[in-house]
Parts: sequence; C-alpha cells; structure tokens
Amino acid sequence: MDLNTVSSYRAARSREDLRLAPGERILGGGTWLYSEPQVTTTGLVDLTSMGWPAIEYPDGGGLRIGATCTIAELSKLPEREGWRAHPLFFQAATALLASFKIWNVATVGGNVCQSFSAGSMTSLCAALDATALIWTPDGTDYTVPVADLMTGNSTNNLADGEVLRWIDIPEHALRAHTGFRKIALAELGRSGAVLTGRVDEDGSAVFSITAATLTPNVLRYPILPSAARLQADSDAAVGYYDDPLGTADWRRGVSGVLLEEIRSELAVAEEVPR
Amino acid sequence: MRFTVNGAPVEAEPRAGQALRTLLRETGHTEVKKGCDAGDCGACAVILDGEPIHSCIYPAQRMDGREVTTVLGLGTPDDLHPMQEAFVEHFGFQCGFCTAGMIVTASTLDEESLDDLPRLMKGNLCRCTGYRSVTESIAAGVSESARPGRAVNLGSTGLDDRPSPVHSPVHEPETSGHAPAEPTAGRSIHPPAAKRVVTGSEPYTFDEPVDGALTLRVLGSPHAHARILSIDTSAAEALDGVELVLTAADVPKTLYSTARHEHRGDDPDDTLMLDTIARFRGQRVAAVVARTAAIAEEACRLIEIDWEILPAVFDPEEARAPGAPLIHPDRTPADRVDHADRNVIAAMHEGFGDIESALRDSAVTVSGSWQTQRISHAQLETHGSVGWVDETGRLVIRTSSQVPFLVRDELCHLFGLEQSAMRVFTARVGGGFGGKQEIFSEDLVALAVLRLGRPVAYELSRNDEFVRTSVRHPMRVTVDLGADARGRLTAMKVDVLSDTGAYGNHSRGVMFHGCAESMSLYNSPVKRVDAEAVYTNNVPSGAFRGYGLGQVILGVESAMDELAIRLGIDPFELRRINAVTPSDPVLAGHGHAEADVVWGSYGLDQCLDLAQDALRRGNGVEAPAGDHWKVGEGMAAAMIATMAPRGHISRVHVTLRPDGMYDVGVGTSEFGNGTTTVHAQLSSTALGTTTDRIRIRQSDTDAAAYDTGAFASAGTTVAGKALYSASLALRGVILEAAVAISGAALDECELGPSGVVADNRLIGFPELIAAVPAPHRSGDGVTAAGSEFGDVRSLAFNVQAFRVAVNVLTGQVRILQSVQSADAGTVLNPEQCRGQVEGGVAQGIGGALYEEVMLDGEGGILNPVFRTYRVPQMADIPVTEVYFAETSDDLGPLGAKSMSESPYNPVAPALGNAIRRAIGVRPYEQPFSRDRIWRLLNP
Repeated sequence: MDLNTVSSYRAARSREDLRLAPGERILGGGTWLYSEPQVTTTGLVDLTSMGWPAIEYPDGGGLRIGATCTIAELSKLPEREGWRAHPLFFQAATALLASFKIWNVATVGGNVCQSFSAGSMTSLCAALDATALIWTPDGTDYTVPVADLMTGNSTNNLADGEVLRWIDIPEHALRAHTGFRKIALAELGRSGAVLTGRVDEDGSAVFSITAATLTPNVLRYPILPSAARLQADSDAAVGYYDDPLGTADWRRGVSGVLLEEIRSELAVAEEVPR
Repeated sequence: MRFTVNGAPVEAEPRAGQALRTLLRETGHTEVKKGCDAGDCGACAVILDGEPIHSCIYPAQRMDGREVTTVLGLGTPDDLHPMQEAFVEHFGFQCGFCTAGMIVTASTLDEESLDDLPRLMKGNLCRCTGYRSVTESIAAGVSESARPGRAVNLGSTGLDDRPSPVHSPVHEPETSGHAPAEPTAGRSIHPPAAKRVVTGSEPYTFDEPVDGALTLRVLGSPHAHARILSIDTSAAEALDGVELVLTAADVPKTLYSTARHEHRGDDPDDTLMLDTIARFRGQRVAAVVARTAAIAEEACRLIEIDWEILPAVFDPEEARAPGAPLIHPDRTPADRVDHADRNVIAAMHEGFGDIESALRDSAVTVSGSWQTQRISHAQLETHGSVGWVDETGRLVIRTSSQVPFLVRDELCHLFGLEQSAMRVFTARVGGGFGGKQEIFSEDLVALAVLRLGRPVAYELSRNDEFVRTSVRHPMRVTVDLGADARGRLTAMKVDVLSDTGAYGNHSRGVMFHGCAESMSLYNSPVKRVDAEAVYTNNVPSGAFRGYGLGQVILGVESAMDELAIRLGIDPFELRRINAVTPSDPVLAGHGHAEADVVWGSYGLDQCLDLAQDALRRGNGVEAPAGDHWKVGEGMAAAMIATMAPRGHISRVHVTLRPDGMYDVGVGTSEFGNGTTTVHAQLSSTALGTTTDRIRIRQSDTDAAAYDTGAFASAGTTVAGKALYSASLALRGVILEAAVAISGAALDECELGPSGVVADNRLIGFPELIAAVPAPHRSGDGVTAAGSEFGDVRSLAFNVQAFRVAVNVLTGQVRILQSVQSADAGTVLNPEQCRGQVEGGVAQGIGGALYEEVMLDGEGGILNPVFRTYRVPQMADIPVTEVYFAETSDDLGPLGAKSMSESPYNPVAPALGNAIRRAIGVRPYEQPFSRDRIWRLLNP
C-alpha cells in the first residue's frame, strides 16, 4: 500500500548512506514494510541498491548470505558436495505464508530483522547455527547468533540504526543430516510451529523450535536424544504463545509430535552408512 | 523516471512512499486490482522484468528502467493469451476481481508446475469459485495438450460416464438461416463479460476514474463505547488540500439502518451517518474530504476529540442481563428495537405443543449447544463509491452494491431528495456475499458531493472491511431433539442467541430467517423456538450468505446426527424419516404455515440419494498412513426458500432494435453470481435469438424501472422471471405484427434471429417494428416490460456429505471426499450453477475449518488482514462432486430455482458430523480449527 507519510526515499550506495535521519527507516525488499500502514515513518533508505552479493562461499567453508539476498535466490541455492542440509533452504522458504511472487522481492535479512516468531528465515538460521554480522551506526561491527537476536514476536536486539549485513552458516551445519516439519492452522498457512533437527558429522544433534515459541528454542545434544528426552525438552521449551495463528497448548503439543517425527527420521538416516 | 508497461514507455514521478500498484493505476492501468493492498491476495500481480510480483507491496521508486507486464499486456479481449482463453473456456472466475492477478501468476507457470500448483497459487485468493475451475483453467492454459478433465460425476443420474451437455465444448448453439436459434437455456453459455474479465478490462467500481475526484477518508473511534464531549477539527481544516471535514454536526438527523430491504421498515432505525456516541471500536466519527488520500489521512490524524469513556459490554449473554450498559437506550419498538432496556433488538418466543413434556416423554433425547464465529465476507473488491453531479444537476453515485435501487431510495429518504434527483448504479461488482446489501460508503459520499458540488470517492481498505463494515452474526444455538425409538421426531426445541454487535443492521431478518427453514425442514408434532438478537459493543454483524440459516442449521443438523448415532440409524435415513414432503405443511417455530411458501417442486429425496450413493461409491482417495489418522463420514441437509419473504420486486424491459439486437434493462447486480449470463439465456431463449444479440444494461436506476436487488439468490427467480416474462411479451408483440403483415396464422409465424418467417417469407425487423402499434414503440424499437413481485416462494434443497481423515496428534482435518447434491430446479447454466455450488462449499469449508474474525475482548480485532484471517487458499479446498436433482419448479423461470447462497448452509454441520464420527468427540465450536480439534482430544 502507499506509505502516505513517507516524503523521502534514498537509494543507499555506501555505508555512509545508512545513517538514518529522524523518521527514516531501512527498506529491504519492502514486502512487509509496504503491507501495513507506517504512519511514524517519513523516509526510506533502500538497502537493495547497496549491491551486496546474494550468496558467497568464504574460503574457510560455510555459506555467507547477503542481507539483501532474496528468498527466491536462497530457495534455489545450488547443491554442493557434502551439504546434506541443502533441502532445508527450500523447506524453510515454503514455511513462509508468502507466495513465490513475494520470494522474488522479500529479502532474507528483512525476514530476520522483522523478527516475526513465524519468520522461517529465522527458523533456518536457528536450525543451522547461523550468525549475523551487524553494522552499527558508529562504524563498528559485531557478530551475534541469529537465534539470539530475537526478543519476541517482531522484536529483536538490534539498536536503532543497526543494519544486518550478512548471515554466516558454518560448514559443519551444512554437512549435517537435517529434518524439517511445519504446521499451521491451514495447510499452507502462516506457521504455527516450525521444527528442525540435524545430526552433525560428529554425531551431535541440534533441534530447534520456532514459530511455536516467541523466540527460537535451540536444543543441543551430544548424540541423538531419546524420544522421551526430546519430548520432555520440547514440553519445557519457553515461549509457547497464543495468537490468531494457534493456541499455546496446541503449539506445544504439535511441537513435540513433529520433533519426534524428525528424530525418528534422523535416526533412520544415521543408520545408513555415510 | 522512465519504465515500460506492456511495452509502452511511461514517464512518471512516483511519490516517495508509493507502491507500484497505485502508480500503475494512476497511469491508466486499472486492470491491476486491489484486493488487500498488503501482498496477501495477489489481485495486483504483475510481471516485473520477467518475474511475477505483488505490485501493491513493491516500491514504485525502484521502477526506473524496469519493464512491467500486466494482464492486459498478456492479451486483449480481441487477442487472448492462452491462459486467458483457458479461464474463459473453463469458467475460471465468478466475480472476476481476483482473475487479473490469478492469470498473471498462472502465465508464469509451466506443466511441471501443476504438481505443485497449490503452493504456487497460495498467494492468489479467490473467494468465489472454490478453485476447481481455476485449477482446470490453469492446467489447460499451461499446455496445449492438456485437455480439460471431464468434470467428475456431474449430472443428476450420478453416473461417472454420463454423457452430459454440461461438458459440451460448444457453448453457443449454431444458428442456421432464419430459423429460431436453438434455446440457450440449459446450456453452459459463457458470461458475456468473460473476455473483458480475463484481461482486466471489465471496469469495476474504481476502474473508470472520475476527473477531479476528491478523496474521502474516515476517522474511527479508538473506543468501544464512548461519547464525544468535544471535537476540534480546526487543525484538519487548516491543512492545505482539505476541502471538507464532516462530523456529527454536519449529517442528517434522520436515523436509518445500513441494512437494506424492500421495506425500509424491516430493519432498525438506529444509525446516524456520523454520531456523537461511538458504540464500537472503529466506528466512523468524522470524515475528511481532501485533494489526496495522504492529505485526508493526515487531516484525520489532526482531529482532536475529547472522549467520555462509557462502560462497554462484549458478551451477548451479559449484554441482555440486568445492569448491562445500554447501547441504544433511546430506541423503541417503533424503531424496530424490541427491548432497548436490555439490549435486545429482536426476540422470538413461540412454539406449538408442550415442549417440556414432549421432550420428557420422548424415547430418546439429544441436546447440545453450538457456537459460531464472526466471519468476514472477504469479497475481493472492497466497499466503496464515487459520486458526482451530472450535467442535469442530478446526484450520481457509482458504487459497489448488491442493491443500487435500495441505496437510492434510502439516500433520497436521508437527504430529502426526489428519486428523479438521483441516480445510483454499479458496474460489475467484485463479490458481495451479502456484505453489499448495506450502505457503508454511499451515504458519506452523497453528503460530501452535495456539500461540495465536486466529485468525491471513498474506497475502503481491507482493514476498513474488517473494522467497520459487517461480519456474519456469531450465534449460540442450543438444540434439544426428542424422538421415538424408530427415529421419528417428537420434539424440537431451538434456542438462539445472536450477537449483532453495535448496530442492528440485518439482525432481525437474520434471526427470523435463521430459525425458519432450519426448523421447518423436519416434521415434529411439537416445536419451540426462543431466539434473541442482542446489541454488544462489538463490530456490527450483517447479512452473510445463508442469512442466519447456516448458523442455526449447524445446531439442528448436528443434533440430528447425534440422534442418528444414539438410535443407530443411518443419518440419511433419519432425514428421510423426518423431512417434510410436499404433503406436509412447512412449519417453523410457530404452528401455522407461511402463506407465501408453496411446493413448486421437491428434490430433497433425490438429493439424499445422490449424496449417499456418491459417498458409498467413494472416490478412491485414501487416508494418510498411520493409526493416528481416523476416518469418518458425515452429512447434513438444508432447505431454503427460493426468495426472500414479503416481496422481492423486479421491473424490467426489453427493446427490439431494427438490427435484431435486443436491449435489456434490468436492475439487479452482477457480482459473480452469473445472473447476467442467465438473463441473456432466458431472454434469447424466449426470443429465438442468440445470446450475443442480447445487450444487457443492469444495476442502474436509469436502466430499469426497479429492482429490489441481488440478494436472497433472487437473480434468477425474481429478475430472471421478470425478464423472461418481458421477453415473452415482446415476442408476442413481434409475432402479432408478423400476423398483421403476412396474414398468416400466429402458429405459422416463427421468430428467429433475423426476423419472423411467415408464409415462407422472412419479415425483417425494420418492417416488423413499423407494423407494431404505437403504444409498444419506443424510439426506433419496440419495448415490452415485465415484472415479478415475489409474492409466492418455492423451496430448494442441498445435501452435503464428507469423508474426512483427522490426525488425532495434531488436529489436522483432511477432506478425502466432498459431495454436494443440489435441488436447483431446471439448471439454466450447468457450469455456472456448478460453480455456485462449489463456491458455496468452499466458503462453507472456510467457515467450518479456518476463518474467524478474532476479538481482543475489548472490541479490537486481532486479525484484520488476510495473512491472519484465513480465507481458504487453493490448497485448502478439495474438489467437490456436484450432483443436481432432476426437478422443475412451477414458479421459477423455465422451472429454475435459486442456487447461490444455499450450498453454503449444510457444509459446516456435515464437516462437524464427519469429524465427530472420525474421532468420537463432537466439536461444538466453529471453526473446527486444528487447535480446537486437538484440544478435544487432549483436554
């Protein structure tokens, strides 16, 4: 929709351009920003003109996702030798309510920074131990696990003027066996719960609960846990909540059910020799 | 900046915060529609540099050097894109408002996409069709080789392989020579507007911009119940570009109802155009008219109001209890408010026989209490109107309405105008479902135009639709049934509490209608109904497809199912035992039959057989693997009168022109119901011509003498009947002229597309017209009129059946088979009628499983956007097998009955009954959402 209070638009070309004047906001793809009235916003600073690469493969391994990489680009990430986690990228994209048309515009960084509990780029990052590089207005940078950025349903730890530059996913996570489940009140609706699991090459296991809880719950185990253990940890996860997309008790209930499905799947996968 | 649209260069300076959608529309591309303006519905989809996007959430500032293709760039009415052709051929639209974006998206797909279609199309919402015809259209459109799947099981015999004219690819009959054209009634004729709809070029309400139109925006109350102590509009008025600020001080002091009916006295006079008391959050309390939307919105924010907060009540039971805050304390029965002293707007307490003793003496009794939710109509075109003063000084309102004549009459009443001083019309309407049987925009636009003398437009946003139009009445329906051991009903007791919200709107009619055919469907020696509709400080409820029947039918049909379980009787059989037949009186709560209801035909017996047979046959779809999926079957029946009670009027005319074209003037609206197609068929059939020779001008107070409007499924049974009668009258006049000219006997004269053949000679239309007596002549043609008054009504039936699988671990409900049988009388246009049934089932599934306008307990709406209000997507709607009973009605034109709202009514109880039989626990609260089903199993 038209943002009728906005009277200035700047296409950013340099880090200097990202210093915000009062009333200005960072514009990623714009698919959320333009979807609701923003009456306190008077100016937009467009990140998509920064020319950041969508995808990079750092020398030390792993994957670097530019903040302005679109969901469409990430969902079509080429397969790479040994990256068994590859299916998770498309699966996470499909967990969005957003249609593939929106994937063409919406950015990975925008989804993370919007910080909706149901934001599945956050799910992806939580599943794969992703970290974010944050640019601060004073010119310094810092790195933070993406799962730790979130503080609530559409709130996060980013300070005013801070900009997410990229997301790094470590090599070991990309090489893991992964599992994925999503459930919503409608078949392809906005997620009520997104569950992931992975078993790294060293046998350690990581499960994540997102969308069902206000902020990501990441459960870590030295080896694949027992069903009972996982169920108990799922039940004890913090932040199950009520909203029009599901009740807290249902989210808790289905999280346990679907995590167990993932655990069983991974157990079978792990029995197959590499 | 420069960019191209459909290959043509555009130079524009978009505003800093502008979205591409409005930029495209401002540069003339009104084929790009607005459904939600938030990226959820897809009506605005365009292709940008080869990739489809939602233009409503795309920054216009990024457009320099880009290339846009809209639906009109894919093809034009004269040169359709294959995808557009497919949507025409396969009836892939009804109202057509979603179609432009649907086709743009589909045009980017290929054959490989078909397996993944529900995901790829999830960003394109259609509220009308139920998606089956959309899916078939896309399948045909992506591939030359893909042939339309022959529709499954359509035909009244219920046989899969029945060769049926329904699927004949030839929709328009051939004409040869001067012989009468083959009758088009009964054939699947395409909508006359089809090629324009699929190219986005059929104009809806705001698609033909009015030069110099100002923009109107409203300020909503932040409080659920509050009084305005003072209002300061000075800062708003001082804003550059503001032309007018309206408050309660500026509006007529006449009370009215936003609801419209044939008789204005049917609905309560409890509303002022702008009031000093706000009775729900979001109620409009001021309006600003300004040069631009941005200025009008800014001015609204500058209005300062000093409020006195009043106590509010949100629960209907509390609202009618002693001591509750009174919401309309000054209203009286003369205003059609029965008991303002306890917030009860309408009450019905009647019955026959002694209900308590009848229940006590029954061999078996069942009892339950069902709760329905608020549902948004979610028609893709939001409400809105644009008004101006025409060259003769008349006030003209172009609006998105099901009832343009009733809007005119009420505005004349409010402003003290003569009917001749006002014209109201609608172009094609982008869906209604009852929501446009109300005045939500036209009143303020009329006032602003009268004050300013300049054009004014007021287009509601999707948020406005949720916050300040209307929702389906939530009802608590308690049903007690008694029966003897063989299943014959001995007692029926229904208790209804309906929450009308802050204004009465349709509450009276909905309550009375809701308790009518739901209860009269079954014979019982003793019946009792206690129903009340109650004011609360919630968003107002209004007319919604089914008009109250769906809610009460949920209770009655679920209780019938419980009775069947208790007695061990098949649920179809239980209906056969108890349903009314033409030898029975039709009795609701009161003990006397409604005098205007007659048995014009009867098809319930066939409907029960058709649905039961289909369920027995099955469809080969199996439940997902695993013990946690439980399977169950359920059904429900519904009856509906073929038109509204107490009169529904249509006065139409047909004019023959010398070139053999017929100009039809009819008052009812086309909003996806397919009425226009059926009208062309009825008229051409009567006149022995082809449908392309019928030119229909409709839904315009200038085009016809009168029409009560497009509600209660009256498009065929009332307006269609009037038109058929006018066409027959015109035929008579033409043939008499032929007799006079030729001297042949009347039965030797044949009216065809080129004139009358008599005595082996063709008498052309100019000669015929010249021979017609002067009283029938008008201009260069001959005119006949026809009327229908709706004095007598018949009854129509629907039976819905489901087989479902329920995942007891997650609450997921998967529909394995969906069947609906319908008693529509003569089916005038099988594909369209099938589409009405499918669309009704889809909307019913939405209400049964997904949709719910949620409140925060203080009158605020928690989910006023489509991403959280779950309108069914393609993935949510299974194919429904549709069967028609073979009946012919004595009242309807060519034996047709109504079939628009009724398919919705049995869906929710049929699903609830199937779920109950799958999991052994009955759901009582609609929607039967996954979290609620899960809770039933994990209490």
